[in-house]
Amino acid sequence: MSRRDRMSGNEAVATAIRQIGPDVIAAFPITPSTEIPQYISSYKSDGLIDTEFVAVESEHSAMSACIGASAAGVRAMTATSSAGMALMYELLYVAASDRLPIVMAAVNRALTGPININADHSDSMGARDSGWIQLYSENAQEAYDNMLMAHRIAEHPDVLLPLMVCQDGFITSHAVENIVIEDDELVKSFVGEYRPEKYLLNPRESLGVGPYSVSAFYMEIKRQQFEAMSKARAVVAAVSAEFSALTGREYGMLEKYRMDDADLAVLLMSSSAGTGKDAVDRLREKGVKAGLVKLRVFRPFPEDDLVEALKDVKALGIMDKSDGFSGCGGPLGAETRSALYGRADGVKTVNYVYGLGGRDARVEDFEALFEELGRLRDGESLPRCRHHGMRE
Amino acid sequence: MIYNAYSLKEAASRPERFVQGHRMCAGCGATVAVRAVMRALRPEDRAVVTVATSCLEVSSCNYPYTSWNDSFLHTAFENAAASASGVEAAYTALKKKGRLEETYKFIAFGGDGGTYDIGFQSLSGAMERGTDMVYVCYDNEAYMNTGIQRSSSTPAYADTTTSAVGSKSDGKPQYKKDLTKIMAAHHIPYVAQSTFIGNFKDLHQKAETAIYTEGPAFLNVLAPCPRGWRYSTADLMDICKLAVDTCVWPLFEVTDGEWVLNYEPKKKLPVTEYLKTQGRFKHLFENGNEHLLERVQDDVDRRWEELKNLCDMS
Repeated sequence: MSRRDRMSGNEAVATAIRQIGPDVIAAFPITPSTEIPQYISSYKSDGLIDTEFVAVESEHSAMSACIGASAAGVRAMTATSSAGMALMYELLYVAASDRLPIVMAAVNRALTGPININADHSDSMGARDSGWIQLYSENAQEAYDNMLMAHRIAEHPDVLLPLMVCQDGFITSHAVENIVIEDDELVKSFVGEYRPEKYLLNPRESLGVGPYSVSAFYMEIKRQQFEAMSKARAVVAAVSAEFSALTGREYGMLEKYRMDDADLAVLLMSSSAGTGKDAVDRLREKGVKAGLVKLRVFRPFPEDDLVEALKDVKALGIMDKSDGFSGCGGPLGAETRSALYGRADGVKTVNYVYGLGGRDARVEDFEALFEELGRLRDGESLPRCRHHGMRE
Repeated sequence: MIYNAYSLKEAASRPERFVQGHRMCAGCGATVAVRAVMRALRPEDRAVVTVATSCLEVSSCNYPYTSWNDSFLHTAFENAAASASGVEAAYTALKKKGRLEETYKFIAFGGDGGTYDIGFQSLSGAMERGTDMVYVCYDNEAYMNTGIQRSSSTPAYADTTTSAVGSKSDGKPQYKKDLTKIMAAHHIPYVAQSTFIGNFKDLHQKAETAIYTEGPAFLNVLAPCPRGWRYSTADLMDICKLAVDTCVWPLFEVTDGEWVLNYEPKKKLPVTEYLKTQGRFKHLFENGNEHLLERVQDDVDRRWEELKNLCDMS
């Protein structure tokens, strides 16, 4: 039986990890993800899991040990944030190209500097081209649910890619919320056992992992990663459908909120969705046709789903919780506009960079933003990109 | 210690674990070190070998080929030890769950760049955590894979491409880091320093001890590089012998804190006997550079006395 409980996003993710029972966890503390390895260590001390916990001396070694363990043939996991993820960047690419389904609990935090410990997406957005699947979670429940689905997606034979489950630092990771926790046995049977086809510790067949690959072979390996990432879309959909049938909680590539007749909409990811939905409700009461789209899956990027969800919108605010420093907006803005180009050219867009380093995005901020989108719809010329929620 | 009666003939007759087809240079010490270490594995035991990015890595596992008969993992330059510790954790997990019967040993290889420098933190961490593995540094005293740049293992006054000898430079101005002592300071069960001497008994026995000691072990093997050191490929063994007989590279081991000097030359040769065999030290023999040779000799003498004291005190 599932049970209702109250817990933080970090505890929810740690609970999911306990229920999954990976063979190896290698992790290094960094705010705000530190609690996750702490929970794991205490579960181990209390005999609740038999996971090998490798308390490494850096995040670089955490990901290195995960690669070693996963290549050796077992389930390997880690947790990190911000600079910790940045220290892993080199190895994130290695994990993906070695086709190792490592799962990471990513607790999003701004990347220094100046040093800041609060939420934005600059850490995982910096890893967006590393070949990892990225799922973003609005709240503790979604972080928990995404973690339960993570291995099924990552380990699927059509995919075999590492996956990070992202949640917003502090806002989600530390806030205590109501949550439904599934039964341990149900989780175990849903997640299943991991039995890789090729692995280092196979006594019947030695294996070489991570060879030097010259230009005569390199590009085929990269195209295989592309194909796996493309196929991951269908696998995410299938696993999510199976999960929904089991728990009643619906997940897709994205969530549409009051979008049926919306002519003004915002597109965003993670915790701000809750605030945005409140603003949409208030505006709807005033007769404004406002809607919201929350992207759950950033990698693989769900181009078709986005076009379908947004094609009838007249003015769209694309909200980036990181600035790609292209000088013309953030990564979600760039990729969404690319998806819409030639397929939904009638949609007017502004790319808002917001919420950096934990800057609050309040209901009033969303209302002001929708008001601006209304003017954009009505023909006013607006900058293609601007920062929202500034002090001035 | 597991000092079984050693026979080169027996060791050399074991099935090769590192085989032909690799692209290492003739006269390269790294390849000799790898074969010697891998020969110390009992034929019935399996291994997972982890290699730091290096000449050894790019030349021995070149897609779609490999010279390794055992499972092999390369991830990056600075993390061979951490990667091995992940494999070892997976092994422990599989053993506990009864999913693996065979015995595996975990051996990491790195050059001095991957060990003394960029991989030092990863190595220190894996050793401190008590990972049941052997880390073998094949020390050729510079970043040879990228073209002979200085490392913290490069000896004083060596001519490298980033400590080039010129009218304003005598070569590398700093002395060599003593990594073997640093690893002994980790208080791990076994640390040893070796090279290629005579019938390879020293290296074989140390490798065997390192592999079959429970817990972390570190082996530092002087492994000359003909391109970087500038010697004739046929001189490899002679140079190693001179490194030992001049006390530039003493053979010793530290077992559970006990320091043992494995070889004391009957007649300690002057360091010039070693230096003159190598092009990287050629400038030291020019007129006016006598004081540099004296400094090198003084440093060797001081370190040799320090080591003897440590061994005498044990």
